[in-house]
Amino acid sequence: MKFITEFRRLELAEGLISQIHRRSKTPVRLMEFCGGHTVTIFRYGIRQVLPKTIEMVSGPGCPVCVTANADLDKAIALSQIPEVIIATFGDMLKVPGSHSSLQKVKAGGADVRVVYSTMDALKIAEENPTESVIFLGIGFETTAPTIAASILQAEERRIKNYYILSMHKLCPPVIRALLDSGEVKLHGLICPGHVSAIIGSHPWEFIARDYGIPCVVSGFEPLDILQCVDMLVAQIENGEAKVEIAYRRGVCPGGNREALKLIGQVFEPCPTKWRGIGEVPDSGLRLRKEYQHFDAELAFDIDPGPTYEPRGCICGDILRGVKTPADCKLFGKACTPEYPVGPCMVSSEGSCSAYYLYGGDFEG
Amino acid sequence: MKDKIRLAHGSGGKLAHELVEKSFVKALANPFLAKLDDSAVMDFSGRLAFTTDSYVVSPIFFPGGDIGKLAVYGTVNDLAMSGAKPLYLSLAFIIEEGLPQAELNEIVDSVQKAAQGAGVEIVTGDTKVVHRGSADKLFINTAGVGIIPEGVNISGNKARPGDRVILSGTIGDHGIAVLSQREELSFSTQLESDCASLGSLVAEMLAASSDIHCLRDPTRGGLATTLNELAKQSKVSIRIEEEKIPVREEVLAACEMLGFDPLYVANEGKLVAIVPAKDADKILKAMREDHYGTGAAIIGEVKAEHPGRVVMKTCLGASRIVDMLVGDLLPRIC
Repeated sequence: MKFITEFRRLELAEGLISQIHRRSKTPVRLMEFCGGHTVTIFRYGIRQVLPKTIEMVSGPGCPVCVTANADLDKAIALSQIPEVIIATFGDMLKVPGSHSSLQKVKAGGADVRVVYSTMDALKIAEENPTESVIFLGIGFETTAPTIAASILQAEERRIKNYYILSMHKLCPPVIRALLDSGEVKLHGLICPGHVSAIIGSHPWEFIARDYGIPCVVSGFEPLDILQCVDMLVAQIENGEAKVEIAYRRGVCPGGNREALKLIGQVFEPCPTKWRGIGEVPDSGLRLRKEYQHFDAELAFDIDPGPTYEPRGCICGDILRGVKTPADCKLFGKACTPEYPVGPCMVSSEGSCSAYYLYGGDFEG
Repeated sequence: MKDKIRLAHGSGGKLAHELVEKSFVKALANPFLAKLDDSAVMDFSGRLAFTTDSYVVSPIFFPGGDIGKLAVYGTVNDLAMSGAKPLYLSLAFIIEEGLPQAELNEIVDSVQKAAQGAGVEIVTGDTKVVHRGSADKLFINTAGVGIIPEGVNISGNKARPGDRVILSGTIGDHGIAVLSQREELSFSTQLESDCASLGSLVAEMLAASSDIHCLRDPTRGGLATTLNELAKQSKVSIRIEEEKIPVREEVLAACEMLGFDPLYVANEGKLVAIVPAKDADKILKAMREDHYGTGAAIIGEVKAEHPGRVVMKTCLGASRIVDMLVGDLLPRIC
């Protein structure tokens, strides 16, 4: 089986599209939580091929986008300490904090290095024993296990100059917060594929059970999304609400036990701030007591000062699904991928970036 | 230390002369170079095409090629894209001290083979050696000249509504092959760079019809960026179909893993041609008969509406905009 082209075949897509058109009667609003799904939806023009009864809204599932300015400011403040090397995934570089960005401080002389995995960051620490390497721990349940693994490696290999700034976020609690706010009325949820590969499908059960909202876990190819939408519509039209998986090749209901064990061993849940959403209980991860000597916030004394949000930027509203990029006055004018004002335009998974690059609802 | 390039090799003194005569003149042997004069002197008649490009690819050896081959083919292709028959190239090296002599010899050897294959001669050159850290192993600049045949008039501003867009083969091979070798990414693939001279392919196309409107090789920035350039220069829109664009399964897989879109990944042996509809089939047939055009396909057409835009019909039948490459998707790949 070919894992890519098989999932982009027009004739199969046509079958699914016409099935969705036949099934869908009631007007519904579906949210794709994950930024990766947002990109697939725009890249293949999925909104255009769905019936008018289905409205799609994008959710807060872009790790860069939901990182609060206060956290970015902390990372930037850490980069200013002499003999500190900041190791980060590339996406974080251009995100503007309150006063600066990592890219700007790097140009100004701070030692900021892009890495492709946590193990690369660990290697930098080993190779520079007189300096302190701080890895910016960003991401959802998907990246947390790799960072946990790097901590355990550092412990085992007695690497004393490796730290992390934990900005991890957990998905199920923030969905609960969104639903509790009542701001967006949802009839179905496209659950994130990669996150579910780690946590499984069980953690979404509460959404179907407590809120009566159908949930389907989706993969990232166009056929995955179409199948997922079809399954959601079928549940809605049948008056059901349950959790299903449209991504069996990547996700099993129990998740990845090894990865979950790693997260549980190194981290514990804590309240954390999300951009546009605010503080959500138990939606972050902090190092357990036994591993707190790796915590950059405890090891270094920093004062990032007060935080500011960019004026006119509505990334927060977009992340909650309340507004779309088209509602933003800055979009495409003052805010472009070349000169981003808000994080949703910076990240490759951000709604604004996807909307801009693929022409939003362009029909030509 | 003996087998490594030292600063003295670029000083203009004895070592420099030795390097030029033993490594370059001998390997690249031709009467122009052998004279060792300050400039090459040659006769021309007709319209001259003149171009230059610098090559900083990292790593300098990659599957399917190396920086030397790239430096010859890149410039030869730029000449070919204006319809010119490439004739003469200059070759300038900026070498970081410490580069093993054996690696330099291998690159010069590769330059020689590439020049021979492309039917061009290296007629002048230069060598500089810089301190460690001031360059990354080896940078090469080549400039080239060629003659444009009578009746050929190719330019990026000549695309007209109704014209067909032809792509010469699969996209993304070069960019992914180079990336696969980078230390920080290193993944295993059988994929090789498509690095090739397109001079003969263009000659075959022009033999089929001299009425070719635009030619361009989609190198850095990939197919998407090239099509955007042509749409803007010609003030037209280009409508392409995703299903018709040939992409290898390996390239698709690597792109998924790295989060890239193959439309933006570099090529070094592919071209895009915009041709009048009436000549499209004829030109396509000629392309498919050439070794470097066997995978050629008509991928779209030129339209009048939405000038400056590239629009793609996706594999689901929907339409979306294809923008230029923003920022730096990829590390140095050419």
